[in-house]
Amino acid sequence: MQILLDNADFASRMLQQVANGLTKGSVYALVAVGYTMVYGVLALINFAHSDVYMLGAYFAYYPARWLGYMPDTAEKPKAPFWLMGMAFLGAMAACAFIGALIERLAYRPLRNASRLAALITAIGVSIFLQNVGQMAFGADPKSFPRYVDQSSVNLGVISVGNTSILIIVVAFLMMAALHLFVQKTRTGAAMRACAHDMKTARLMGINVDATISITFALGSAMAAVGGILVAMDQPRLTPTMGLLMGLKAFVAAVLGGIGSIPGAALGGILLGVAESLVGGLWDTTYAEAVSFVVLIVVLLVKPSGLLGRAGREKV
Amino acid sequence: MSKPILELADVNVYYGAIHALKGVSLSVRQGEVVTLIGANGAGKTTTLATVCGLMRPRSGTVRYGGEDIGKVPTHQLVARGLVMAPEGRGIFPALTVEENLRLGAYARRDKPGIEKDLQHGFEIFPRLAERRRQRGGTLSGGEQQMLAIARALMSQPKLLLLDEPSLGLAPLIVQTIFETIDQVNKQGVTILLVEQNARIALKHSHRAYVIESGEISIEGESAALLDDPRVKAAYLGES
Ligand SMILES: Nc1ncnc2c1ncn2[C@@H]1O[C@H](COP(=O)(O)OP(=O)(O)O)[C@@H](O)[C@H]1O
Ligand SMILES: [Mg+2]
Repeated sequence: MQILLDNADFASRMLQQVANGLTKGSVYALVAVGYTMVYGVLALINFAHSDVYMLGAYFAYYPARWLGYMPDTAEKPKAPFWLMGMAFLGAMAACAFIGALIERLAYRPLRNASRLAALITAIGVSIFLQNVGQMAFGADPKSFPRYVDQSSVNLGVISVGNTSILIIVVAFLMMAALHLFVQKTRTGAAMRACAHDMKTARLMGINVDATISITFALGSAMAAVGGILVAMDQPRLTPTMGLLMGLKAFVAAVLGGIGSIPGAALGGILLGVAESLVGGLWDTTYAEAVSFVVLIVVLLVKPSGLLGRAGREKV
Repeated sequence: MSKPILELADVNVYYGAIHALKGVSLSVRQGEVVTLIGANGAGKTTTLATVCGLMRPRSGTVRYGGEDIGKVPTHQLVARGLVMAPEGRGIFPALTVEENLRLGAYARRDKPGIEKDLQHGFEIFPRLAERRRQRGGTLSGGEQQMLAIARALMSQPKLLLLDEPSLGLAPLIVQTIFETIDQVNKQGVTILLVEQNARIALKHSHRAYVIESGEISIEGESAALLDDPRVKAAYLGES
């Protein structure tokens, strides 16, 4: 009887961790698509991507703050729903613009330069954005406004935060929309053609520069959504909040197969669940090491990742 | 005599310090098949790349339909009917035959016209119709060349640039490809054809230029070049 109880308890703890992992993993997936799409087209690891994620969260912070909706002040009301919608759309648009601008100013002039030059530039842009963030927003953490009141939802043996459900649902919808866009639209076809062979894409009449701009813009808008969702769940913003997220999302992209959008989704979910299981059933300090272990194992065993195309060495 | 659709005047092109085209001048008139023959490394591919805007001349002019296109990006030239089937064919190996063909029509918006041309392409190349859902990378060399030409036709070219369509193909397939080139030309497409296989290129063209180390050395009617002793010695393996 005791063993049965223990087993039931263990199973519910497992389930709880899987739910937590799905939440984390959904955000990894949202950020990972930006890495994977840019890498797919330019063979460039866009280190600045994680900082665009950070900017997304801040862009959703300021409108609510300016209008006086702040947390920890019980007398102030919760930000209205329309403001949340505006925050999402505004941050996505602003990050899309910034992502495309980064490509235009920093990466395009180096399109024909060595890969190392582009990589170092990407690191430089990332450091630059973090410093701009510190100057513009301050290095001290900011509390994210109350766009939603956190509560927990009871699902039988486990309970899940309402923000977790929001994250999973929004991330799933965004990923599905992106996938459809890339597979079904004319612009999506251009993106895929550029990822396969940029010179031939040009000969098909595709405006390669415009397509690359769109690729950066789309990835950046997805990262902005990720930043806002995380801030709703853990309402603490810092200019360096992108660092760890960027690392994990990159590992998720590699795990899924860099260049593949469904791969980024799968890699993100798997990494999130793996981290949560290790953290919840073993030790939270080990959870942070999971992504490093995964990265090393993937690079050793299957560098093309789970859903990636083999034999397309771009680095 | 019909007016030139393409004119290169004293074009110089460099790869860094390498002077690849040294004052190349040539013209292609509406309705013609013109061939540019030359040995490996002579500058044939560079000439085509310069025409379609993948390379830019350091000096000299490239005119298409009378207009200087020295600064027009490649994708806009495609929309204006200047289309290239590149050396090595440039098939997207992971995409199906049909997806490859549809990408050829990327610059077009006329859905019914695209469907009609797709069917037309399958009529010209029944082999491609059979392999419609097969990935481009699984095709044989000859089939890939057919796909490259069919895909270029999907862009509705006025001037079609072909870079060594015979490369690496068995003689029988080469024959088929060149018959198709004749057929495409008869349907009104002007063609600039680059070849190392001088004999077949001269047989299937109206006029020809010979390029040597980045310079045009001989030009004339293709039939005349077939009898030219210099061409015979250097390019037709006769003495
Ligand atoms: N990407 C390149 N970088 C440097 N040199 C090149 C490049 N492409 C071609 N060349 C040089 O330019 C010359 C002409 O090459 P190309 O036009 O490819 O000749 P062809 O097509 O007639 O074989 C050759 O000497 C070749 O070595
Ligand atoms: Mg060549």
